[in-house]
Amino acid sequence: MAELKKEDLLKAYRTMREIRDFEERVHKEFATGKIPGFVHLYAGEEAVATGVCSHLTDDDRITSTHRGHGHCIAKGVDIIGMMAEIFGKKTGSCCGKGGSMHIADLEKGMLGANGIVGAGGPLGCGAALAAKFKGKGGVAVVFFGDGASNQGTILESMNLANIWNLPVIFLAENNGYAESTGVKYNVPTPNIADRAAGFNMPGVTVDGNDFFAVYEAAGEAIKRAREGGGPTLLECKTNRFYGHFEGDAMTYKAPGEVKRQREECDCLKIFAAKATAAGLVTAAELEAIDKEVAALIDEAVEKALAAPNPTEADLLTDVYVSY
Amino acid sequence: MSRKISFKDAINEALSQEMERDGSVIVMGLDNAGGRGTEGQLDAWGGVLGVTKGLYGKYGDRVIDTPISESSYIGAAVGAAACGMRPVVEMMFSDFFGVCFDQMMNQAAKFRYMFGGKAVTPVTMRTCYGGGFRAAAQHSQVLYSVFAHIPGLKVVVPSTPYDAKGLLTQCIRDNDPVIFMEHKVLYAMKGEVPEESYTIPFGKANVVREGKDATIVAIGWMVHKALQAAQSLSKAGVECEVIDPRTVSPLDFDTIIKSVEKTGRLVIVDESNPRCSMASDISSVVAQNAFKALKGPIQMVTAPHTPSPFSGALEDLYLPSPAKIEAAVKATM
Repeated sequence: MAELKKEDLLKAYRTMREIRDFEERVHKEFATGKIPGFVHLYAGEEAVATGVCSHLTDDDRITSTHRGHGHCIAKGVDIIGMMAEIFGKKTGSCCGKGGSMHIADLEKGMLGANGIVGAGGPLGCGAALAAKFKGKGGVAVVFFGDGASNQGTILESMNLANIWNLPVIFLAENNGYAESTGVKYNVPTPNIADRAAGFNMPGVTVDGNDFFAVYEAAGEAIKRAREGGGPTLLECKTNRFYGHFEGDAMTYKAPGEVKRQREECDCLKIFAAKATAAGLVTAAELEAIDKEVAALIDEAVEKALAAPNPTEADLLTDVYVSY
Repeated sequence: MSRKISFKDAINEALSQEMERDGSVIVMGLDNAGGRGTEGQLDAWGGVLGVTKGLYGKYGDRVIDTPISESSYIGAAVGAAACGMRPVVEMMFSDFFGVCFDQMMNQAAKFRYMFGGKAVTPVTMRTCYGGGFRAAAQHSQVLYSVFAHIPGLKVVVPSTPYDAKGLLTQCIRDNDPVIFMEHKVLYAMKGEVPEESYTIPFGKANVVREGKDATIVAIGWMVHKALQAAQSLSKAGVECEVIDPRTVSPLDFDTIIKSVEKTGRLVIVDESNPRCSMASDISSVVAQNAFKALKGPIQMVTAPHTPSPFSGALEDLYLPSPAKIEAAVKATM
């Protein structure tokens, strides 16, 4: 915590608050029927994306998952554009052609949320390979879930990254559920990070609800990667407050489970308590951020609702650079 | 232009010249150098068929050997392409794309559209394909129709050493994901190839032989079988126009339709299985756009709807042949 300056802490809190409010609002708007398609919310997991991406610049790349809104916001993707994209509007990050599962901003180093579980592993290795050729210390972070930890693509990518000594961090977001199936059923080891040993790389498991724990462990892994020390598997154990997708009744969760997690394991509450107790930030400063973020999310929804739909001309463009 | 080199050497020369010209071009694949991690010779193989032989000596670490782990290394090539490199990644046999189809179909092909036109993914996926080697059902397939079905991918199928060099150079310089299909029977074929670098544009068919009586559209190795058939038919007074599309996505429908409007007859020779093939696709587009020009039924000469057989006795029956093409032309009369 000591190395974090006040401005870093306020920035991290703002990012986590943006993700939380964005997701809570998408949840609400989805219920009105105005948001098309499939939506997977990141609420509850904010400390993971934020703790990791706090170490990254626009030159570093991340690959994401179907639950990608938090990664996008943490990597600096414009929230107004994201909201418009989720509403399927022409002003969206991807002109309304991608939607919730495909938000990307290559200039920010965000290589896309991804509708295919585990697909980001190989892509992240490619991003890290490109960074290695560029030779300027760039890294790639592959975010994947406990479900994706069983995909061949992720395991193959861990092998590839280690034999090629790529500057890549495999970031396992273990929220305990692959859709409705518990991690205890799908993963035979106590921790996903235990698998790192099989690839001869460091494997670390931290409390993913604690921003400071994630920040510290990610910092170490990213520093090692930047210095040519190769990949790390970092597992963050966390919780998702909503269902696998919006509309999921979550009957597989124990009664009161989410309520308890919101009370006891909310990463925003944990962050605020630790940072204020250490005297690094004040409650008033955090409240001021809360207000600014609430206004930003209101603005994003208002703009998304008012934005035009894509037109027939947009249907046929952007398939190829030239054809 | 008198120098003759093989189809294989033409590919190697295109790779070498583009690696020399552009530092962002990297070559990746199984054993592309060969011998890494052994106590024997380095640069031992140049790929299982020797196509990339010698590149490691010239370009060192820009020639990257990969583990037998298609999803990860094809995907890594796609990811590197999205981050500013121009990877040329080799899939030893095109049948193995089945292992990593997601990275081609859902990732490389979709980035540009899904991300609202902002992604550029200049990856070339080279692969060898096709029958004639008694290589059986998992090493002989002709899958360009499958790839051509997918928006976002370009699919290139050269038939000569000259086309192989010019089209591959275009693939590497192109800003979209391209699949470059090398017929294994053609590797040894020699032909005139300029030493200097050149490109052949995509979507421009090559009228290999002019004729007034029937149009034969043939792809890859089949171009040569079509020419044999055309020569034989010429002795009987039937002059066939032979068209090599060179790329099946984009496909030069204009040249094909114009030819059919002249000849009134169409035979398509496609080594793939017949259902949802380039043959059926070309047939349908011509029927839709030049129906009134047709003087007889369109004919398709393809493999049957079976996997590739192993036994030579069966594979010879399986593959299109000049005799089958001749019979098909006669059937349009």
